[in-house]
Amino acid sequence: MKQPVVKNIFRFFLLILLQVLVLDNVPFHGYIIPYVYVLFILLLPFQTNRSLLLFLAFVTGLVIDAFGNTLGLHAAALVFMAFLRPGVLRFYFPRLEADPNDEPGIAKLGFSGFLRYAFTLILFHQLTLTFLELFSFRHFFNTLYEIGLNAVITTLVVIVLELLFAKRKKRPSRR
Amino acid sequence: MRNLIIFLWKHQFFVIFIILEVLAFSMLINTYSYQRTLSFNAANDVTGDILDANNNISSYFFLKAENNKLLEENARLRDKLKSSYLNPDTAKVRRDSVYIYIPATVIRNTVNRYNNFMVLNVGKNKGIKKEMGVISDQGIAGIVVGVSDNYSIAMSLLNENAKISARIKKNNQLVNVIWNSDNYDLGKVVDIPAHFNLNEGDTIVTSGNSFIFPAGLVVGTIMAYHKSENEGLSTASLKYGTPFGQLHYVYILKNLMKKEQLQLIKEAAQ
Repeated sequence: MKQPVVKNIFRFFLLILLQVLVLDNVPFHGYIIPYVYVLFILLLPFQTNRSLLLFLAFVTGLVIDAFGNTLGLHAAALVFMAFLRPGVLRFYFPRLEADPNDEPGIAKLGFSGFLRYAFTLILFHQLTLTFLELFSFRHFFNTLYEIGLNAVITTLVVIVLELLFAKRKKRPSRR
Repeated sequence: MRNLIIFLWKHQFFVIFIILEVLAFSMLINTYSYQRTLSFNAANDVTGDILDANNNISSYFFLKAENNKLLEENARLRDKLKSSYLNPDTAKVRRDSVYIYIPATVIRNTVNRYNNFMVLNVGKNKGIKKEMGVISDQGIAGIVVGVSDNYSIAMSLLNENAKISARIKKNNQLVNVIWNSDNYDLGKVVDIPAHFNLNEGDTIVTSGNSFIFPAGLVVGTIMAYHKSENEGLSTASLKYGTPFGQLHYVYILKNLMKKEQLQLIKEAAQ
């Protein structure tokens, strides 16, 4: 029981630092920022208490907000994403059987399964985030394009990271 | 009552979701109003220390470029020394300085949000207060909106709340500069009377009406002029003087006479 907690705390700090120190400062092209911190919520074990899930999302969002001076923005978007997570998991994988400590990662869901799961949630996260940030539907189609592009790129980065995490996990078992 | 509690407990997932979202939204709405931006002190020392540590490392990558910029600026300032002039005008009255410059390092700067801020590594301890101007060596950059002991947060010009009172340098016409909000190089000059003609490359400078910036600092240069069709007010797109994409060292402007100036206005208004 202890081990996954430690692992998730470690992952939390790693992702936050990666987000605020590296990715937030890389101007890719206009508005594109991969929000990899969502991976923390995506990878919490299946068995995580659903209310705890929401609280963790809220705290993660607030930490990101504290760095970006957007108090409440990421918190709102991430809590919404965490709210959808159990439903999305049930929708895509209705017959999935998981051990209490299993994570919804590539190892468990398979590559295409994880891709669908991650992309769906990231898209919702990005939608809420962008429209909350704008607080209007002024440049509707422009914004929509931005959301799509941003969601795709976030998903790509998230999958690369998840591959790294997953690889790290397998190694000890091989030894 | 008991039934209500049982009901809430049964649907705790949804209830907690609503509570957290309401909480987040109320914070968010507060962040968005300009007044609130001025009063918010998210410039906190913990995030500041982390960003500062990061900046200590990453600033080495820009040393060479920054060095060159400083050299250029030194050269410009040397040009203004008395000894650089042939005939120093002795009849000119020497004025006390009104603005002093406090150097600062940008430890975090966003350019790709709709409301951009920069975090600077000086705060109350160095005498920084809200509503002080921030300039780079190439033009104005922002306005301080929050201070903690050792850090401050400035609203960048790339912010929907940033509206700068400015002048067209060649004819002193008052205009306003706002951000066009989709490119971190370009702003928008608004409120230009339609009978004025602007050319590409015309300089826009600060008006000095606000007590935040002294008059005559570069805001940017005109990129394209959009003349109004119906004799209303024209607009123009403007390229900022400050390179927001690579902003590392700035100055914060402290207006020594601000109190006196505001007092005077207050008295005159009564």
